[in-house]
Amino acid sequence: MHISPVLWQFLTKWLANSALFPPEASTVAPWADALYFFLVGMTLVGLLLVSVLVFGFSIRYRKSVHPVATQIEGSTLLEATWTIIPLAIFLVTFVWGALLYFRIYNPPANSMNIYVVGKQWMWKAEHPGGQHEINALHVPIGRPVQLTMISQDVFHSFSIPDFRVKREVIPGRYSTVWFEATQAGTYHIFCTQYCGTKHSGMIGEVTAMTPEDYDKWTQESTSGTSLAQNGERLFASMECTACHNGTAAARGPSLAGVYGSKLTLTNGQQVVVNDAYLRDAILNPSLHVTAGFAPIMPTYQGQISEDGLIDLVEYIKTLNSNYRVQQTLGTSQSDLAAPTTPGMVKP
Amino acid sequence: MSAAAISSNTILNLPDQRTAAMPKRHYINNEDGMLSWLLTGDHKRIAMLYLFSITFFFFIGGAFAGLIRLELLTPQPDLVASDTYNKFFTMHGIIMIFLFLVPSVPATLGNFLIPIMIGAKDLAFPKINLLSWYLYLVGGTLTLAALVLGGVDTGWTFTTPLSTHYLNTHVITAASAIFVAGFASIFTGLNFIVTIHRMRAPGMTWFRLPLFVWSNYAASILMVLGTPVLAIAIVLVALERLIGIGVFDPTKGGDPLLFQHLFWFYSHPAVYIMILPGMGVISEVISTFSRKRVFGYTAVAFSSVAIAVFGFFVWAHHMFIMGVSNYSALVFSLLTMLVAVPSAIKIFNWAFTLQKGSITFETPMIYAFGFMGLFTIGGLTGVFLGALGMDIHLTETYFIVAHFHYVMVGGMLMAFLAGIHFWWPKMTGRMYSEPLSKLAAVVSFIGFNLTFMPQFILGYLGMPRRYHAYPPEFQVLNVLSTAGATVLGVGFTLPLLYLAWSLKYGEIAGNNPWQATGLEWQIQSPPLTENFTEVPVIDYEAYDYEWLERKHANEVTTVG
Repeated sequence: MHISPVLWQFLTKWLANSALFPPEASTVAPWADALYFFLVGMTLVGLLLVSVLVFGFSIRYRKSVHPVATQIEGSTLLEATWTIIPLAIFLVTFVWGALLYFRIYNPPANSMNIYVVGKQWMWKAEHPGGQHEINALHVPIGRPVQLTMISQDVFHSFSIPDFRVKREVIPGRYSTVWFEATQAGTYHIFCTQYCGTKHSGMIGEVTAMTPEDYDKWTQESTSGTSLAQNGERLFASMECTACHNGTAAARGPSLAGVYGSKLTLTNGQQVVVNDAYLRDAILNPSLHVTAGFAPIMPTYQGQISEDGLIDLVEYIKTLNSNYRVQQTLGTSQSDLAAPTTPGMVKP
Repeated sequence: MSAAAISSNTILNLPDQRTAAMPKRHYINNEDGMLSWLLTGDHKRIAMLYLFSITFFFFIGGAFAGLIRLELLTPQPDLVASDTYNKFFTMHGIIMIFLFLVPSVPATLGNFLIPIMIGAKDLAFPKINLLSWYLYLVGGTLTLAALVLGGVDTGWTFTTPLSTHYLNTHVITAASAIFVAGFASIFTGLNFIVTIHRMRAPGMTWFRLPLFVWSNYAASILMVLGTPVLAIAIVLVALERLIGIGVFDPTKGGDPLLFQHLFWFYSHPAVYIMILPGMGVISEVISTFSRKRVFGYTAVAFSSVAIAVFGFFVWAHHMFIMGVSNYSALVFSLLTMLVAVPSAIKIFNWAFTLQKGSITFETPMIYAFGFMGLFTIGGLTGVFLGALGMDIHLTETYFIVAHFHYVMVGGMLMAFLAGIHFWWPKMTGRMYSEPLSKLAAVVSFIGFNLTFMPQFILGYLGMPRRYHAYPPEFQVLNVLSTAGATVLGVGFTLPLLYLAWSLKYGEIAGNNPWQATGLEWQIQSPPLTENFTEVPVIDYEAYDYEWLERKHANEVTTVG
């Protein structure tokens, strides 16, 4: 009696290398797994119940022992039972699932922000401190990280199974996801939305590091200019300062402190200025004219890349006085400005 | 009555083969020649035309499934190029959904049986019925054209802007195929609705209808109301691709999520278009082989309608991770939970139909039991995906692939095979080999579970769907799945062989081999072109086995 060597190798390889359950590497993972086990339990109980009924009745009432069927019309009581009990279980699942959804998609106020741009077929991560990565993402453990993501072309989806998080990355709008890694290590990043030829090549690795290692990594990997500094250069070179300079005679609204504030538009609409609003206002300015100003800003559609837009948004976030804007007037001295620390997001 | 009737473990009752003969005149030999088939208005002949066509496409779609599983045997992308692999799963999806699953039960069994079950001579619009088969063929031909010209790699979901701006394959050809085939489905649905409303025989009240008719009625409503939306979405994709109208293009002020809404507004109800008629088959089969009226007839009938109605309001559960608003996610999740309830009701009603029955285990019943187990798993794993937070991790992975295959193949295809085996003697007048067919049912059940159970685990591990290559740690489960697909292939090929064999060599089945109560079993097999020699008058409830016994007793007395 011997198993063929190939099969034997196969079995040992399986036992050695194949997980049947993904690691729990983020704070939400145990919460997601709890619901998962509840649902697996529900499925097993349901399946067991159906099997017991089907096999039980089949044995008990098979033709050879029960040659004549007894006709039964139905039973309102029984039917009510198997309407109400599944309904109750499904409603519990609904509430539990909704709570988990909000846990996974509502970021804590103190999360650090990293931008991710998806394009066929790679992920570009941009840290505010000026670290750029392709198909890789370095994050500290024990600290909530929010990803603000956008696609440059088709739908993608950013998934880290070991963190139990995933979010569609859509052209033309920011979407966000957050997580807090709990274990140092490397984990898969997958694109899970079919995006063309090399869809299965749009993968990467997230490296979760201890805060000390992470600080070391940010020091060593920075490109030297932060996103905001890049944005400042772009702001100057595209001559945004011609109008958005904060002077009394300016033709455009002052941008100092605008991020996070509430604006009234010419059509009376009230908006909160966030990343998405700033991006839209740059690309489609005529739809977003601040009350009191003329619709004279040209569209920048097709003139700035998604990365450039992110830089501009980051720059505008840092503007807290018009003094900074005026400094930008005709300058390329922004290198002198101190690098900002990576990533604090305003609540 | 022959000796078989008193056997203690089967109800199968074939006429004495030494004296039995096929009826002299029936719908198959009524007219001869190719043209008499191609221009027929007979719902039974159209059903057979459909049966041959969908079987042809099923095996093409199945071949693509085989190629997909073969590629996934190893983690490396080594069998074919990525583009080719993407074409494989696209063609598999398009063919299986639009050319097999959607028309499967309604266009074959429904077409054949609905007029007979309600006591009518034909469907209300026989010519439109034939037209719908031709439209189906045009759709099928266009699909094959897209395939032969070089294939299409959008995925069956045609996600924009990938399908509109980023691919150079035959998107328009495939889109036209779906557009045209959609009309075949609309016409079938329309025909059924009118027929069921207007052409019931005297005495055939709504609550005397077999549950198969109820479930096809519910599916018809979905076909008629849902399919046009798919047609609109497809036309918009074509226009965007051809002349760049920009409805889905954010740089032109369009909304890429709009396509998702339009597409799933049809494609979620489409799931119920596929499964509801299958559920109808299960009701007939379970009742017949347990010799009992379906437990809670009204609840089962209305649960079909409830599924059809709720089915229209759950589409956004395909978009939970796409940034729909939290409130809309909540509403759609809640409605998804509600739509699961009628399915649960059906499962329990079928199970309790067995209680105090007199149960036998012929091939259709084995398939029906397979359906109950697999559909229970398919349905309950759907609850995982309807739960908002769980969906985040599971969607777009192999978990969802496994889930819908449990519903579509484990549920729908098992029901289709149950139905084919159940009504085969009626449709052809001949019986197939019972032992072989039972073997096929068991082999399919085992193969199916081996194929798709590992995919649930793969999905929770995070393996994304539509991946040509995958990390090596997922290999073992993929090997198991491919092994299962091989077994499944055998399980699905067997019926093709023994059913074809039975057409010539099968035993003569007689009018009512299963001792079933449906009106279709009270006429000759295969039926006359006009179905009934005189308009039947219905004076008994559906599934009234006592009525059947009295009828038999009467016949014996009369003959005696």
